[in-house]
Amino acid sequence: MEKKIIVVDNVKKIYKIGRKQDFVVADGLSFQVSKGEVVCIVGKTGCGKSTCFNMLLGIEPTTEGTIRIEGRDPYKDFNYFQTKIGAIFQTDRLLPWRSSLENAVIGLELVEKSKEAREEIALKWLHRLGLEGFEEVYPYQLSGGMRQRVGMARAFTVNPDILLADEAFGHLDQVTSNQLREIFLELIKETGKTCLVVTHDIREAIEIGNRIIVLGKPCRNLLDEKIPEFSSEKEKGEYEERIFSVIDRGEV
Amino acid sequence: MLERLKKIQLKKGGFISFGIILIAWETSSHFVPPYLIPDLSTLLDKFLEVLTSWKLMRHVFITVLRVIIALTISFVFGATLSILMGFVRKSEDYILPVLHFVMGVPALSWVVMAIIWFPNIESRILFILVACCFPNYTLEMYDGIKGIQKDLMDMLQSFRPTRLQLFSKLILPSIVPAILTSWKINVGYATRVAMVAELVGATTGVGFQLLSSQEMFDMPGAIAWTLMLIVFLLISQFSLEKAERYLLRYRPSTN
Repeated sequence: MEKKIIVVDNVKKIYKIGRKQDFVVADGLSFQVSKGEVVCIVGKTGCGKSTCFNMLLGIEPTTEGTIRIEGRDPYKDFNYFQTKIGAIFQTDRLLPWRSSLENAVIGLELVEKSKEAREEIALKWLHRLGLEGFEEVYPYQLSGGMRQRVGMARAFTVNPDILLADEAFGHLDQVTSNQLREIFLELIKETGKTCLVVTHDIREAIEIGNRIIVLGKPCRNLLDEKIPEFSSEKEKGEYEERIFSVIDRGEV
Repeated sequence: MLERLKKIQLKKGGFISFGIILIAWETSSHFVPPYLIPDLSTLLDKFLEVLTSWKLMRHVFITVLRVIIALTISFVFGATLSILMGFVRKSEDYILPVLHFVMGVPALSWVVMAIIWFPNIESRILFILVACCFPNYTLEMYDGIKGIQKDLMDMLQSFRPTRLQLFSKLILPSIVPAILTSWKINVGYATRVAMVAELVGATTGVGFQLLSSQEMFDMPGAIAWTLMLIVFLLISQFSLEKAERYLLRYRPSTN
């Protein structure tokens, strides 16, 4: 039996709005991810994908239900997951006062690796992501795509076991987005990391993932299945349409 | 090139404005008694006399030292309060109202209270300056902390930093612009307040010299001492702008 790295069990998330009003973001969210799997989570905008992402990252607690990563709660055992979970965000989230290299090394700085060691690792990833010659420049001097590459390098630099990506290519133009997606795919294949990709782009999910989880609103799984191998573009298109209709109707 | 031309034009504009004022002053000095408007050469002589005499320049240094010490204490106090409010959310409810109340107290009221509360002159001046300056530091820095983007906070949190790391890697660099702004505001403000503070009981400092000039009907003296303060302020602003240019070099130039 495959080892389940991530186990999300009947999670409910409620935000308090004002004194009496509650806003239910997630209700009955359950799924599991095995080691080495690349799972894509798709759903409509505002269905709570990013909240789900933050709960998996350990930044936000669940209201009810449990999330276990390697058997531990990422929120309660927050420090245990240092360098074990890496994140690529929707926007680059680079620190504007740091150069590309300084941004890429930040995760390693926190675990107090020596300056030489951490810079060597960060440089390797920056170069791997095509940023040779841009190590010393500030974020404002980089294009959107380049900044997102630095964000990716920052996540890979800590060599996490689990990689979470939240709409990582969603805000870029199509050409840049395709380029980055290809590099990302290459890297996760090469490193064999367990990966959870949150996206609203069905085509992207089909290209990247082994499995797809479709979320409804409030955040709950409508569909959770392996992505089949496609023998033709037509087959792929039909599958895309099926996923689209599930998202659109909010039911299977 | 265009930028350089603009700068030269700006300087030219300044020279013309000051030139007109100086000409008007000099002309007036020929029609009005010298104790009201002294001529420019008398003013220059007095200014050079202050500048070249250690006995007189000592008063400028004493005032500058008082301002620097008071600003340093105010900064440390203000930074502590702003960090406390930034980290302990509840503390804002207790600190902010008091801060707004303190900010509403006029400098002259602090002077009166200082005279009653402190027998020692230096303590009086320090108290007045700190009471007037620390709220600016606190509020500016607290605004800076509040303005830190949640996105960046979440990004850094994903790497599981300690509180100290969160402070040194994110909070401190984020509030550098606010710190610089608060210093820029407070240097000028503290210098002006120091004059008021030194008027009451001090036997040293530029404020005391200004009071003496007033008692002696010494207009050249009053202007020379005022010019000294302006020079100090210009040097401070220049240094802060240099520091700002270096510390905020990561920002795109607006030119």
